[in-house]
Amino acid sequence: MTLRRLLLGWVMSGYALVAVASVEPLTFSSPEAENRYKNLIEELRCLVCQNQNLAASDADLAKDLRRETYNMVEEGKTEAEVVDFMVDRYGDFVLYRPPVKSTTLLLWLAPLLLALVGLTILILQIRKRKAASTSDEALSSEEQARLNSLLNQTTDPRNTR
Amino acid sequence: MMRLLIPFGIFIVLIGFLGIGLGLNPREVPSPLINKSAPDFELPMLADPGESLGLEDFKADGVVLFNVWASWCVACRHEHPLLVSLARQNAIPIYGLNYKDERPAALQWLRQLGNPYKASAFDEDGRVGIDWGVYGVPETFLVDARGVIRYKHTGPLTAEAWETELLPRIRQLREQEG
Repeated sequence: MTLRRLLLGWVMSGYALVAVASVEPLTFSSPEAENRYKNLIEELRCLVCQNQNLAASDADLAKDLRRETYNMVEEGKTEAEVVDFMVDRYGDFVLYRPPVKSTTLLLWLAPLLLALVGLTILILQIRKRKAASTSDEALSSEEQARLNSLLNQTTDPRNTR
Repeated sequence: MMRLLIPFGIFIVLIGFLGIGLGLNPREVPSPLINKSAPDFELPMLADPGESLGLEDFKADGVVLFNVWASWCVACRHEHPLLVSLARQNAIPIYGLNYKDERPAALQWLRQLGNPYKASAFDEDGRVGIDWGVYGVPETFLVDARGVIRYKHTGPLTAEAWETELLPRIRQLREQEG
């Protein structure tokens, strides 16, 4: 029992550690500055762990970049200015939302292009099917004559004898 | 026949892209600083806190390597013998950026493993590292005589990387400068 309690306590303290690890106690000069800071660390990527933003990352570099971000926000820099600072040093990769440029145009347009391709295929298929089904309904005069003769054969069995 | 060929064609293209993807290094982040003026800095020297080291000091030496290292960095240990041998051959002046380190540990490291650096700048809080876009140690920058960053090697420098990536560029830069 005591062992289990000990284990539980150990696990819980571990969780507590994880929870506070990436949150430095910061005081902001205004709620607006705090907002700016929070937006920025959500939008900026940690370059060490790559699939985490600055807010979530525990890497040393992420801590340093959060500190830089905080300092710049407190100096009254706008979000765009802080983003420019990061892009100048680390490139577009630091942004979770890549900017629209000639090199990223394909990336941005790909979903639209794929949707268009899919839609085109869908429309072509529907038309094809419709064409196939209408040609089934309309019989040529030859076919109609043959059908009639066949129908007459089956409806009037005396004719066959 | 077409019914089979089209999906097969798409499949082949997809395999092609995935194959290329396998060959890429996802850790490599292209630096926006290449062919731009190196970020200016002024830091105390590692060996002597009273003296300072800056970009201006590089310029007198022509083309130089600027190597970001730390005593806590395991990969730096791997590349260190190569740097030491390059320094012995006088292949190129090497400057160091001692990144987020402790002075006694860094000095001890150089005493033990040899000191290939003309001088190392002591970047205790990593602020200069951020200006240079450092995101993982070791990193090695090739800086020309005008203080322009010409190339960046991320990760430990290998003999192969030196031969194929750095040396041709260094030769070319030296020729240009005459």
